[in-house]
Amino acid sequence: MNAKSPNGSPERRSAISRRSALLLALSSSGALAEGFGGLGATAPGFAIPRPGTQLAFPRDHGAHPEFRTEWWYVTANLAGDDGAAYGVQWTLFRFAMQPNAARAGWDDRNVWMGHAAATSAAEHLFAQKFARGGIGQAGVEAAPFRAYLDDWVLETRDDSADAGIERLRVSAGDKNFAYALDLTAKGPIVLQGEGGYSRKSEAGQASYYYSQPFFTAEGSLSMNGRKIQVSGRAWMDREWSSQPLGPDQKGWDWFSLHLEGGAKLMLYRMRSVEAAPFLFGNWIDAEGATSPLAREGIAIEPLETIRIGDRAVPIRWRVKITGRGIDVETRPLNPRSWMGTDFAYWEGPIRFTGSHSGVGYLEMTGY
Amino acid sequence: MLRVEGLKKSYPTPQGRIPVLRGVDFTLAAGASLALTGESGSGKSTLLHLVGALDDADFGEIVLDGVALTRLSEHARAAVRREKIGVVFQQFNLIPSLTVGENLGFQARLAGRYDPAWQEELTARLGLATFAARYPEELSGGQQQRVAIGRALAVRPRLLLADEPTGNLDEATGDAVMALALDLVAATGCAFLMATHSERLAARLQRRVRLESGLLAAQ
Amino acid sequence: MRETVWTLAALISHWRRRPGNLATLVLGLAIATALWSGVQALNAQARNSYDAAANAISGGGARTLVAARGGLFDQELFVRLRRAGVTVSPVLEGAVRIGEKNVRIIGVEPVSLPRRSPIAHMRSRADVLEEFFTGPGRSFVARETLRRLDLAEGAQPRTERGEQLPPLAALAEAPPGAIIVDIGVAQRLLDRPGKLSRLVIADEETFDEARLKRVAGDALRLVAEDDSDLARLTESFHLNLTAFGFLAFLVGLFIVHAAYGLAFEQRLPTLRTLRALGVGPPHLVAAMACEIAVLTLLAGGAGVLGGHAIAQALLPDVAKSLESLYGAQISDRLTLDARWWLSGLAMAGAGATLAAASGLTKALRLPALSFARPMAWRGAHHRYLRRQAALAALALVAAAGAYGFGEGLASGFAIIGLALLAAALSLPIGLAGALALGERFARRPLARWFFADGRQEISGLSLALMALLIALATNIGVGGMVEGFRQTFERWLDARLVAEIYFEAATPADARDIEAWARTQPDIAAILPVWRAKTRIGGWPVDIVGMTPHETYTAHFPLIDAAPDAWTALHAQNAVLVSEQLARRLSLAIGETLDIPTTGQDLRARIVGVFPDYGNPKGQLRIDHEKLKRYFDDASGVHYSLRVDPAATARVIENMQQRFGGKIARIVDQADVKALSTDIFERTFAVTTALNTLTLIVSGVALFASLLTLSDMRRARIAPVWALGVTRRKLAALEMARVMAFAAGAAAFAIPLGLFMTWCLVAIVNVAAFGWRLPFHMFPAQWLAVFLIALGAAFFATLIPVARLARVSPTELLKVFSNER
Repeated sequence: MNAKSPNGSPERRSAISRRSALLLALSSSGALAEGFGGLGATAPGFAIPRPGTQLAFPRDHGAHPEFRTEWWYVTANLAGDDGAAYGVQWTLFRFAMQPNAARAGWDDRNVWMGHAAATSAAEHLFAQKFARGGIGQAGVEAAPFRAYLDDWVLETRDDSADAGIERLRVSAGDKNFAYALDLTAKGPIVLQGEGGYSRKSEAGQASYYYSQPFFTAEGSLSMNGRKIQVSGRAWMDREWSSQPLGPDQKGWDWFSLHLEGGAKLMLYRMRSVEAAPFLFGNWIDAEGATSPLAREGIAIEPLETIRIGDRAVPIRWRVKITGRGIDVETRPLNPRSWMGTDFAYWEGPIRFTGSHSGVGYLEMTGY
Repeated sequence: MLRVEGLKKSYPTPQGRIPVLRGVDFTLAAGASLALTGESGSGKSTLLHLVGALDDADFGEIVLDGVALTRLSEHARAAVRREKIGVVFQQFNLIPSLTVGENLGFQARLAGRYDPAWQEELTARLGLATFAARYPEELSGGQQQRVAIGRALAVRPRLLLADEPTGNLDEATGDAVMALALDLVAATGCAFLMATHSERLAARLQRRVRLESGLLAAQ
Repeated sequence: MRETVWTLAALISHWRRRPGNLATLVLGLAIATALWSGVQALNAQARNSYDAAANAISGGGARTLVAARGGLFDQELFVRLRRAGVTVSPVLEGAVRIGEKNVRIIGVEPVSLPRRSPIAHMRSRADVLEEFFTGPGRSFVARETLRRLDLAEGAQPRTERGEQLPPLAALAEAPPGAIIVDIGVAQRLLDRPGKLSRLVIADEETFDEARLKRVAGDALRLVAEDDSDLARLTESFHLNLTAFGFLAFLVGLFIVHAAYGLAFEQRLPTLRTLRALGVGPPHLVAAMACEIAVLTLLAGGAGVLGGHAIAQALLPDVAKSLESLYGAQISDRLTLDARWWLSGLAMAGAGATLAAASGLTKALRLPALSFARPMAWRGAHHRYLRRQAALAALALVAAAGAYGFGEGLASGFAIIGLALLAAALSLPIGLAGALALGERFARRPLARWFFADGRQEISGLSLALMALLIALATNIGVGGMVEGFRQTFERWLDARLVAEIYFEAATPADARDIEAWARTQPDIAAILPVWRAKTRIGGWPVDIVGMTPHETYTAHFPLIDAAPDAWTALHAQNAVLVSEQLARRLSLAIGETLDIPTTGQDLRARIVGVFPDYGNPKGQLRIDHEKLKRYFDDASGVHYSLRVDPAATARVIENMQQRFGGKIARIVDQADVKALSTDIFERTFAVTTALNTLTLIVSGVALFASLLTLSDMRRARIAPVWALGVTRRKLAALEMARVMAFAAGAAAFAIPLGLFMTWCLVAIVNVAAFGWRLPFHMFPAQWLAVFLIALGAAFFATLIPVARLARVSPTELLKVFSNER
């Protein structure tokens, strides 16, 4: 059906799908998020993304409480001063429980959820947090940019009053891990879809969506008491919407790859209960120009599956993009990058070799 | 069957120990009966209690069925009392809260030797059939003593001891009870040792000895 | 095994012949168990409710953070802590009234609740959470509380301030008497915007005390939940209950011991016969132990059931008195676990074994033959009296030791218990002495026999008489304390409640309106603000009440002790009046200074007076109204009393209600406050009085039981006298006279003992338990009543046995001669 979509391209759907489906899956887990997301079939009272709307920065770095769901998502592939590879994840979700959620004090109807993780070849440490809006415990301010939940913070390092996301500091931690990284954008913000309007079906469902995949990262990481200086690359996603997804999706496999030479690749395989998996891809060149990939040219297949608890999770993949001459095999830094949060999923750093090489992040849900 | 040798027993009093038995010897075969006479306080009851394993001798030996009672533990002596000896007391010593029937069978049940046929025969021969459901206090003295004799014989003892069994009964009743007892002793073939101060009663047994100054004198 | 079974059969056959004896034994054990386990049930019920209340939010065993100085703190502190990575969840608690009922409001923040919290499952129930957050929200409440409030699910009652609650919804985990709402809703209902009462530590593992100190400084204080004020404040109340329960249990055991002892004596011939028939002592004891086990199951089971019934009957009073005294909400539906049932049975078993212990040891040593000793009873009697005297002396020494070295509540009860024991043990000696004296002076033979035979009867009756003595003394002791308290309390209320009208405004702004209006009213002679604030001193919660200079206080407010310039100093200087409880707890005296934590700087004040504050579990301080305003910016600002012409009281109240409506949260006149206070008082002692009465009844039963079982044995004693030519009727009258004389002796003995007990209660127990000391009063009318009760109990207890004796047939008496062994 996406193939028939007149305006939307498949990769746009892939982008919105990844995060929205996460919320859907959260809700099906019966966890807290069901109440938060309230992702029913309709969303009366909430704002709807409109095509042609001009995104403006730094304004749109901030929260959009007239929309139902929103997130700030950072993943980083890092190398330590010990020569080992590491990965870091920092995520902040906002859910409006009912329209006009931004109110004073405890009357505010936003609930915030944070996920954080640090991964090495041997360890994968993670944590989650929840908070109510309105009282200053969690929130996002556009300029100077600051996103926070308790002591987990993603904020600008600049002093100016209109500082956006060019130079950020990100930190989070729990009892057995902590990290603090400085992120510096080496390229432009990438607007997804039609100038940031990301359509996902002919029914008109869409989101606002942009990314900053060109961050360099530098800072410190501690895991189980071991302190490491780290540096590498980071990728930030921003998306907000009010609309839900189809009910037959059972999970997805998502790749964000930093290629040598500075180009970026995002790939997505969505598994459906009834239909064959949908495949999407998006190519971002080193200057930030995006071009969608032809669906027929994408091939993603699992090569090896391991058991994590009572689930079978594929951890080695073969990725082929015929149009771009890409044929690589991905391996996880840590096969057990399992996020055992209220909604459990696999998310962790990967390496790939073959026609191209580099690092990236893989997210897999629904296993 | 029963052999008693050099039996001595004394009791402590404020005036010092008073010897009651000063070396008593006698034997009694199975099926034989022996009357023990003597005046009040001559030690008849003491001798009976010692033979009945109710009390400890100072010296001497009591052998019942080849078993030396004087060398047994408290526990073993209780077992001997239960299984081999029947005792008929002057005071009857029935259990007031049990019926006549229950009293009759009590020791036999205690010893694990309850025999309904023998119990029935005893009840009939003692003429107690109509009283079986009554309580001891509703019976006359003679009747109570018949229950006591029945209780002692229900266990089919090797030795029956009786201490002034007719002491609380009038002469006629006593004679009747005595006749019954001898009858039953003959029927069971046990040895019978009876203490009495009545020469008339003693004469009804096969042998009799007299206890004087703590020693036995044959008659 | 076989021997044991048949021995047991023979032993048990005794009860078939003596059902009365058995009934006494079972009844005694059942009553003892019932009183004990009933009291334990009440305690367990209350503790469960405290736990449920304390753990409802945190899940138990957790620590919470509260304002170091007591009272509330700013929500902003919570945000700062969270932003610094301290994982805590905010709670605001307070009381509102819905209709006539007090309800505890618990405001929680569901997304940060600890996972171990009993109500944490709200988080994972999307529908529950959505309801909580969207639309009008939800008020979660236990079904039992709904019933108590007489409200249905979905109802939206209003509080006394006119605030409407979100729709009520049943939630089993809600603690009794509490309504769980969102923290924001709680702030609105309680009119405490931006305020919190405590922070629950959500994750002990990551909790960092150093970080807490860095962020919050000394503003917050860590407390363990199980160390809640409620548990501490009510501790003495429960210890009181336990002490009375134990006393009742002991009195019950007297019955058991008496009944079992008599049964043992009666069965002694049977035991001897059994030994003669070849039952060894181990079998005998095994059979007796089996018998006790069966009795325990039978009587203990009945007792535990009875205990349940007693607890059910007393629970409303206990719950009300705990609520009015401590604000504790107790579930009024008795829920008891297996542990309680088993412990009741265990107590019955232990009691039965204790009561039968002497019988068992005697059985173990019982020879197959026993020799009659001439005048055996005389020697035994003297040995018995000597043993009693030795034990009594021992108990007396222990009591003196407890007084000299012990401290506090437990020691107070120990002194009372030991003194009662010493007195009870020496009672037979006293009675024997009196009888010996009587015998010496008696001239006529029948009179001599009356006294001589009485001495023989003492050992059989002594246990029942001791039980009676204890019950009577307790009655006098507790009755004297309660009556003394009632008088003191009423006089104190009269002095304390001088103002004619008391009201509470809905908000401080409303209070200002009302105040301005009141000053223009000719009927209203004065409007006196009595604002309140909270703090903690020495870890103890303390209320601070403001006072304005007025004749209402200077002329009437009762003081136990005061500096000469107390009233002028109070308003002119930094001076303070402290409640008796607080003064005792902190060992404060007139002239000393006290540092009072306020919402700002500590207030250092000189103590110029100590006032009695009966019934208040917290400490109280009285300071000048202006100083209260200055030092406590969280002072209530809504409490006032009015001085009006007594005749105009009703009119003024009506006027105010019409004029201000919802601006007045509550308004009562003096008579209402007095009635309320007196009601609290009555309820507090209702349970004590009920247990006291039950104990007295039990001791009456003990006496009756002993006499009934003794009456058969008495025949053997009476028969010879009868045979010598005294009529049965006369003998029966003598029997009754003797028992009545015994009871009178016990009662006479009980009066000084009871006075001593009153003194212990007033001077030791009350001070330790409640922090106040009452004047010691004596109530001779009460003594007379107790004396008459004793005689009455003895009369009714003797009636049946004596009637039986008077009608006994000569044949029965003659049997004594034919059957005597």
